Parts: sequence; structure tokens; C-alpha cells
Amino acid sequence: MSLRDLRIRLRGGWRCRAVPEILVGVDIASIDAVNCAMDRFGERYLRRVFTAREVEDSDAACTLVRAGSLAARFAAKEATFKLLGTGDLHPPWIDVELRRAGDGSCSIHLSGAAAAAAARRDVQVLNVSLSHEGDTAAAVVVGTRRQGPSRWCR
Amino acid sequence: MSLQDRIRAVLDAEARLPVPAAGLADDDDLYRHGLTSHGSVRLMLALEDAFDIEFPDSMLSKQTFQSISSIEGALRGLGASDAAAPS
Repeated sequence: MSLRDLRIRLRGGWRCRAVPEILVGVDIASIDAVNCAMDRFGERYLRRVFTAREVEDSDAACTLVRAGSLAARFAAKEATFKLLGTGDLHPPWIDVELRRAGDGSCSIHLSGAAAAAAARRDVQVLNVSLSHEGDTAAAVVVGTRRQGPSRWCR
Repeated sequence: MSLQDRIRAVLDAEARLPVPAAGLADDDDLYRHGLTSHGSVRLMLALEDAFDIEFPDSMLSKQTFQSISSIEGALRGLGASDAAAPS
């Protein structure tokens, strides 16, 4: 930017400041794979991957409905890891907990290594959207990082 | 049966790879050959069953399950050996 352009911007009330950076993570999971893992490994699978609250939230009379709910949660955990940029250092899956509210919406709560990764990246807000259709469950997670790149704004 | 052969047997039974494990070299990247994140969960639990061990949280990295060699190294670190009887 030239000195002339800089003067014009400053006179016009423009300021250069850091704006929150939007972060996105997305993942999909096979409902059949989750159903098979529940059959094959039972409680041990649930305990290693999901919190007690998630298991309770996804409790359903139909096994496939439950598998769909858990597959969407697994996709959300992996999407969160992508958003946090954990790379090879994969936090335990139970460090990301999906909590269902009374209106059916879900929120994400981090603990342990996942919370530490979020603190390192200064990630503050995490919103999640879950969906499933047929054999596939999907999740999109959005967060913001306070110390984003500097931009000119009024 | 060597440790690598037993790992290949678990891969064929549990990891749902599109290729037979016998065709994979010890250092081949399993993720590049179709191992998914959920497949790595199945693989971890099946290895725990087969070798009677438990992976600690500190070993839950993509690197641990990246190749037959890296899995072998992790299992040996947890006390598995060629001589141990498969379950």
C-alpha cells in the first residue's frame, strides 16, 4: 500500500486491526462401521471413543438409529481435530464431547489435550452441525481464532 | 508366526483395507492404502485383543498406526513379542 493510500484510509476512519479468523473442520463416518464396531467390541469401543454423556444422549431403541447418532458424533470429533490442527498428535476421542440440548441442537465441549490444543491456537467458539443419511453421517465444526490476520476495517 | 504376520492378520480381519495386507510392505503408509480414522479405532481395539495389551492415550497418534513397522514398534514397546501366543 502506498503512503498516499494509507493517508486516505486513515482520514476516512479506517483502522488496521486483527479480526477473528474463521476455522472450519469437516468429516464423515460410516454408520455401518460404527454399528459393526459396537457389535464386535461392545462397551470397550464405546468407553474409548465416547463419553458416558454421549452414550446416554444417543441411546435409542433401534440399534441403527443409535449407530447413526454415534457416527455423527465420531465425525464431529474428527472434524474438531482437523479444525484444531492437532496433526499427528491425536488427542483421545473422549476429550471432545458432544452435548445435546433440549431443542435437539448439539454443542462441543473440550477437555484434556483437545482443550490444550484449542488454547494453543486461541480457538474460542465451536459450533457444530450434524447430519446423517443412508450409511453416512457427517459433521461440520466452525470455530474462531481471536488473533487472526490484520485487516483494514472501519 | 512373526509379529508382522500377526499384525497383517489383524489388518485383514479388522481394518477394512481395500488391499490384502500380504501385499503391503512393512513401511507402506496404511492411511494411503485406505485406513480411515474409524478404521484405526477398530485396528487399535483388535490389536489390544490379539496381543493382550492396552494402548495408552499417549500412543493414540496417527504415527502409531501409520505402517506395519510402526505398529510393530508400538507393540514391542508394550511388551508384545514373536513368541507370544496369538489369541
